[in-house]
Amino acid sequence: MNLGDRDEHPDTRAAAPETDEDAGTGLPVLRTWPAVYGFVAVVFLVWIGLLVAVSVRFS
Amino acid sequence: MNTLDYIVLLGTLVGIASFGMWRTRGQRDLRTYVHGAGNTRWLTIGLAVMATQASAITFLSTPGQGYESGVGFVQNYFGAPLALLIIAIVFLPIFRRLKVDTAYEYLEDRFDLKTRVLGAVLFLIQRGFGAGITIYAPAIVLSTVLGWRLDVTIITSGLLVTAYTVTGGSAAVNLTQKYQIGVIFAGMLAAFVVLVMKLPAWLSFHDALTIAGGLHKLQAVDFSLDPDRRYTIWSGLFGGLFLALAYFGTDQSQVQRYLSGASLRESRLGLMFNAVFKIPMQFFILLLGALIFVFYQFERPPVFFNTTAWSEHASGPEAARMRTAEADFAAAHAEKKRDVTRWIEALHRHDAGAAAAARAAALTADNRSEAARDEARRALQAADPRAPTNDADYVFITFILDYLPHGLIGLLVTAFFAAALNSKSAELNALGASSTVDIYRRIIRRDASDEECVRASKWLTALWGILAIGFALSVTLAENLIQWSNIVGSIFYGVLLGLFLVAFFLKHVGGTAIFWAAIGAQALVFVLYAILPISYLYYNIIGCGACALFALLLQAVIEWRGPGSRPTAAPPGALAR
Repeated sequence: MNLGDRDEHPDTRAAAPETDEDAGTGLPVLRTWPAVYGFVAVVFLVWIGLLVAVSVRFS
Repeated sequence: MNTLDYIVLLGTLVGIASFGMWRTRGQRDLRTYVHGAGNTRWLTIGLAVMATQASAITFLSTPGQGYESGVGFVQNYFGAPLALLIIAIVFLPIFRRLKVDTAYEYLEDRFDLKTRVLGAVLFLIQRGFGAGITIYAPAIVLSTVLGWRLDVTIITSGLLVTAYTVTGGSAAVNLTQKYQIGVIFAGMLAAFVVLVMKLPAWLSFHDALTIAGGLHKLQAVDFSLDPDRRYTIWSGLFGGLFLALAYFGTDQSQVQRYLSGASLRESRLGLMFNAVFKIPMQFFILLLGALIFVFYQFERPPVFFNTTAWSEHASGPEAARMRTAEADFAAAHAEKKRDVTRWIEALHRHDAGAAAAARAAALTADNRSEAARDEARRALQAADPRAPTNDADYVFITFILDYLPHGLIGLLVTAFFAAALNSKSAELNALGASSTVDIYRRIIRRDASDEECVRASKWLTALWGILAIGFALSVTLAENLIQWSNIVGSIFYGVLLGLFLVAFFLKHVGGTAIFWAAIGAQALVFVLYAILPISYLYYNIIGCGACALFALLLQAVIEWRGPGSRPTAAPPGALAR
């Protein structure tokens, strides 16, 4: 057994592309992936901001 | 617990497990067994990813963290949304394009077989160890409090989860997780509502938060730069980012969940669901603990929440010392209750001076009651050096048993067991899959048919289940359970993540360099963990950074020694299974 030799194994396969449906998000407002990522980033900042506010308000 | 509670507990757990086994029986194709039928929608993926991470430890132990140390533990999860974004953008498309069965399969495509095996072995060691903790953690608490035999609790819950994971594979895990997480959310929400209703009638929710904050339980964000502090915004953002990247991106128990999606879109949205809800969910559970702390300002809690351990030694040689600690604690609590009441009354009268004075007195009384609790722990330790002294994991279950109505007690205990089965099933499923795909089919029986592989996967999953039960029967833990689980992960995850980040971003590094770099980095993490008192979250960064740095250095040495020593680049997508 040679753990460094990839060519030993006979069963290789080609990478298959994802289908076209993966280009869109299927969401009503956030139609593109950058919009989804931006939304998640904004929500993340809002949570942090709220937690800082809780820390300050109730310290 | 009474008969109604037991009916709720057994009916729900056995019902969900049986349904999962029945719906997913008779799978003969390895890919279907490992990933399900490939038709999972994003909400199921999102809930499965959430359920896999949120084990019983999360729901039992985290409120105890909130009670004892406040909500600052939430910072541990600050890196998670960022990590999930990176995984959705970088990791996920590659995994799906190559149609890998395990994350470690990609390492062979990018490097070589020995690196794939190293990644799989690091995962199997870390997760195999973690699987024992996952089953032990709720069992020790629930058996102690409910008076069940620990070994029977571990064996029964262990066998139940092993049975449906072996029978139905990944599809059964996803299916049962969806219903189990519903039970968990219902239970936690019910506990929250009952807790708020049981606060004194004159106390508003805002007053309760004021008390929690005034007694230092609502310091959610700490900007301190002190590296010795376990939870700060910096350790959470940076250490937590690496921990979450490693956990969600390279731990097969998670990768398997989101690779079961019907498409890249479904998998991505499942991850984004977690990126949005992870922080508020953890905060909610910690807040529950902080509010239990407020509740116990008006109702006297036990001096030591593990009342079974306390009672066992209360008439022993340290009885007098333990009684004194109890009396001191009772006196400090009575004083604190009076001062807290005065404080809130002064706030209602808008008398800032009196409020400040009463709050200062309450803080002094709180310090006295904590000193009495420390003395109680020392007395217990003197009575029996093997006695557990960390009682944070018992706070929430004690509250449930003492103050929740029957039926709801059954629901909450069901929720704990459901959470234990959730994460345990995902772990066993992943351990079985990686052992089969990365080791058995790749090294031991390379010409095995799909049917043989499914059989092997079932046997290996059962074997991991039995090993986890054996480990759980023999383990004893000193740390708070949720922290222990994260510490074990942090020791191994950094290097595992390093393997993947080098694979993605340092294209010129070859298999030999990364293989030895990873071994060196893992050895370094072991040594540093033994000698450095820094937050364990930083070991994720150290392990990952060391792995990448060593790989760059070794690759430079290999190239310097001669071009013939550099490994041949892999043909794109030529993934050997």
